[in-house]
Amino acid sequence: MRNLRLLTIGGYLSYRALFGWLNPYMYSLALLLPAVAQLSFFVFLGRAAHVADDSYYVAGNALLAAATPSLFGMAQAVAGERYSNTLALLIASPASRVAVFAGRALPGIVNGMVLSTWTFAVAALLFRVSVPAGAVVPLAGAIAATSFSCVGLGLVNAALGLRWRETAVLGNLLLFVLLMFAGVNVPLDRLPGWLSTIAQGLPVTHGAKAARELVAGAGFEHVAPLLGAELLVGACYLATGLVALRLFEVEARRGATLELA
Amino acid sequence: MLWFGFGAHFKLLSRSPFDIWVVVASPLIFATLAHFLFAGNGGPQMLVAALASGVMGIWSSTTASGAGALQTQRRLGVLELLVAAPAPFWSVLLPISFAISGIGVYSLAVGLVYVRVLFGVPIVIHSWPAFVVAVPATIVAVGSLGFVFASGLVRFRSAFMLGNLFEWPVWMVCGLLIPVSVLPGWLRPVSWFLAPTWGMAALRGATLGTGHPWADVGMCAVLAAGYFVIGTAFLRFFLDAARAKATLALTA
Repeated sequence: MRNLRLLTIGGYLSYRALFGWLNPYMYSLALLLPAVAQLSFFVFLGRAAHVADDSYYVAGNALLAAATPSLFGMAQAVAGERYSNTLALLIASPASRVAVFAGRALPGIVNGMVLSTWTFAVAALLFRVSVPAGAVVPLAGAIAATSFSCVGLGLVNAALGLRWRETAVLGNLLLFVLLMFAGVNVPLDRLPGWLSTIAQGLPVTHGAKAARELVAGAGFEHVAPLLGAELLVGACYLATGLVALRLFEVEARRGATLELA
Repeated sequence: MLWFGFGAHFKLLSRSPFDIWVVVASPLIFATLAHFLFAGNGGPQMLVAALASGVMGIWSSTTASGAGALQTQRRLGVLELLVAAPAPFWSVLLPISFAISGIGVYSLAVGLVYVRVLFGVPIVIHSWPAFVVAVPATIVAVGSLGFVFASGLVRFRSAFMLGNLFEWPVWMVCGLLIPVSVLPGWLRPVSWFLAPTWGMAALRGATLGTGHPWADVGMCAVLAAGYFVIGTAFLRFFLDAARAKATLALTA
């Protein structure tokens, strides 16, 4: 019961406190408007490059929108504690680490879904990309799976925050890797073979492909393997993040470097 | 004071991993994207893409740090001291803004070296004099725009986020990686008032021998002067209001 409370209420309070979203104005400035601007940039870049049509960029970038709050939000779960001088207290507490950090991941997943849905809806209106009625529910599934996998990667970023202070730099680096190599803005067949292979293990790759196929008229049964792959990728990152958190915590305790990283 | 301030802040920013990442990341990312998206379009297009990604880095630095320049001084606890000092406050803020856009010179250098080394693009500049003048002209013009942001947002605690809000739209409308021809017509006049448009045009013209790079440099100078006038007016208005209400530190 205590772990459940940590997971839900703790996660909610932590997320809200870290970002200081005291009003919708801040949320819009930080996430909603930049996500649409970023997507529009890539739609026009795609038009200039004549590589793919608008729906390719709309579907991919709308799903990628979930990555921003996931990567930076999860990293702040550690960096914000250090900034507030509460990281040592958190690490010293007997609370379950899985409950604490999974609790911080849950609002990240919900937030990623909200942001992706918003970006998809606005971009579909702006660039006249129509979504078949039957694709709406599976598309929501693709958005949820992608948000989950992005939060998994975000947890890895958070774990690295125990070893390295510059989590914003790392978050940016990971975000740009997704921008370039997750098949969102550059079709995978344009990448060298080895990069295309690596892309299979990145969050967003399979979710974005599923979203594009759904927009093109495919049914749920056709994209289900892609959604499964996206969830599997997310689960792998989540497990890696939790293990890394544990390892870096032990290392930081041993070297007394928690505040110095 | 301008020169000393510029030098001190340039060195300070050059030692910040985050600020260096902001200016170095842009050319690496967008030149790579251009390589994959415009593959086979030849050296000149990749060279222009490298320059464009460099200007994107200058703009990134301006939005990431320029808008929140005063917030940084506030966080360091020196904003009130700087405002109360006998030196005019614009002479304190302007060199900070120039330094923030100035570290974008790393961005241009990284972009050119990157496409040369990785993609074998020959660095052929048609007019070196125009190019050498266009680089500082672009930095000064973009820095002056950063000065307007910093001045106008002095009382907003979300200045940093407001600055970030302008990153992608300006990359989009200023004809950097995306030709203006693919944008809706109503966006073009917007780009005329933005320094990166003319800075990029000057660099492109000097590199390829097209257009009128010296005229574009002139536009950079005109815009920089205009931004300076607007920025000092903002600064006077917002600082007077902050003094009157004693809220200079409270908006942190």
